[in-house]
Amino acid sequence: MTRRPSLWRQFYNSVFRHRFDDTPRNRLLQITSNVFLHLHPATIRRHGLRLRYTWGMGGLSFLMFLVTVVTGVILMFYYRPTAAFAYIDMKNLQHEIPFGMIQRNMHRWGAHAMVILVWFHMLRVFLSGSYKAPREFNWGVGVILLTLTMLLSFTGYLLPWDQLARWAITVGTNMAAATPFLGHQGPGAGLTGVTERNDLRALLLGGPQVGDPAILRFYVLHCIFLPMIAAILMIVHFWRVRKDGGISGPPHVDEEPRPGRAPARSHGFRPKTED
Amino acid sequence: MTERQPDETLPDAVTTWPHLVRIELLATLAAMVLLTVWSIVVDAPLEEAADPNRTPDPSKAPWYFLGLQELLVYFDPWIAGVMVPLFIILGLLAIPYLDRNPNGAGYYTLRERPFAISAFLFGFLGLWVLPIVIGVFCRGPGWNWYWPWEAWDIAKTPHLTNINLTDLLGIPASLGGVLVLGWYGLALLFWLWQRKSAGLQRLGGARFAITAFLLLTMAAIPVKMALRLLLNVKYVWVTPWFNV
Ligand code: HEM
Repeated sequence: MTRRPSLWRQFYNSVFRHRFDDTPRNRLLQITSNVFLHLHPATIRRHGLRLRYTWGMGGLSFLMFLVTVVTGVILMFYYRPTAAFAYIDMKNLQHEIPFGMIQRNMHRWGAHAMVILVWFHMLRVFLSGSYKAPREFNWGVGVILLTLTMLLSFTGYLLPWDQLARWAITVGTNMAAATPFLGHQGPGAGLTGVTERNDLRALLLGGPQVGDPAILRFYVLHCIFLPMIAAILMIVHFWRVRKDGGISGPPHVDEEPRPGRAPARSHGFRPKTED
Repeated sequence: MTERQPDETLPDAVTTWPHLVRIELLATLAAMVLLTVWSIVVDAPLEEAADPNRTPDPSKAPWYFLGLQELLVYFDPWIAGVMVPLFIILGLLAIPYLDRNPNGAGYYTLRERPFAISAFLFGFLGLWVLPIVIGVFCRGPGWNWYWPWEAWDIAKTPHLTNINLTDLLGIPASLGGVLVLGWYGLALLFWLWQRKSAGLQRLGGARFAITAFLLLTMAAIPVKMALRLLLNVKYVWVTPWFNV
């Protein structure tokens, strides 16, 4: 006859799938039975831990993304994307709303930090030759993430609706008006007949210049469309890091035949060592 | 369920918990402390309300795009603002498929891949970071050059007597196209000259053509800058439809 578990024990077991004493088995379960930590393989090559190798840049880019998501959602409670309200709402955030200023600052500086960290992440991946086979595709995913990171920053730049915002976006989107064939100031505009009302820039801004429709478009791109695409691609990116054999490393570690070493394209799990 | 044993027996493998997770936790804490202090000490800028009737001079793009804006001094917007970013993205995407050097995968080495690393650093530092630094710190009203310690109220007039290269050389304007195409033709000469070499054999025609196009395009940027700064050249190639 089995003993009836206490109410507490039953509740505990329903939440946590294992105990936490430091046994070899629990070390693996910590990772494999936690949906978030499960991004990681249960074991990892010592080489991939070295900060001197990865600079920790990919992980910190992701952290900055999370910071901007959290602070961004909080800002959304106080911000209305119209020319009539946007600037007033920023002023209120700064002066009226408790902790509004620091939310705004963390969102802004986190975004700037993310741009720089992503550049340095790319630099380290290049310098360590980590884009070479079988990681060509994940480098490509990274390039799209780089582009999205800068577009996220750029679309956010307009939202405070101050002089800095309006004119920076004017300068930036004027480039779209110069696109060959698709912009009304670009070469070939005569052939396609685009005007300032229906060219590529007008598509971005919702009109010939930066105004109300542009705020709304940038707001939707900034808060919904771009973060969603970026989040999906980050999942792909992390998954591919594992699929491609975990963090890259020098071949004398990679290729030495060693009993129990996972083949390069496994999940990073190693078959049980025979001994 | 078959149990997995931790691989501590293997010299190269460690359990992710706690080894990696601990590093991630510490890095997260350190980064959050830094970001919080930064956000307490420095406020995000908020200028006067947007005013469509008052254009600030200079109007600067966000700092991470200032490299492209800096190129507007030397190139028309369809090149600086459209083609250059497009080639940057496509070029970056192509890198792993163009670099056939098997060495230097998974460790830092300059000696085993001197060419790839110099080309990348030339692009990243010279053509991306440096123009951003110039754009942020050295550009004032009229996009004229102001040292960071110079006041912006000193009036500066840009040099306006620019001349097209074909006029400077005294040749017909249509030959500008020959100059530009000839620049890319250098790739063909190099191929004919070196095609038997081990390096080009490893690349093959398609990879070589794409690599050469991207590298020559990169190199063309400082060439045009030098022509402008030293000889006041406005355009190399003028056509009724576009100018280069
Ligand atoms: C939002 C942007 C990005 C995030 C959050 C991100 C995140 C990460 C993380 C966490 C890793 C694990 C190793 C490490 O931290 O270095 C990684 C690896 C990698 N990333 Fe990114 N990344 C981003 C952008 C990029 C970019 C711009 C590139 C290249 C153009 C890139 C290419 C790669 C490659 C090839 C790897 C595998 C490296 C290896 O195995 O050594 N990623 N990324």
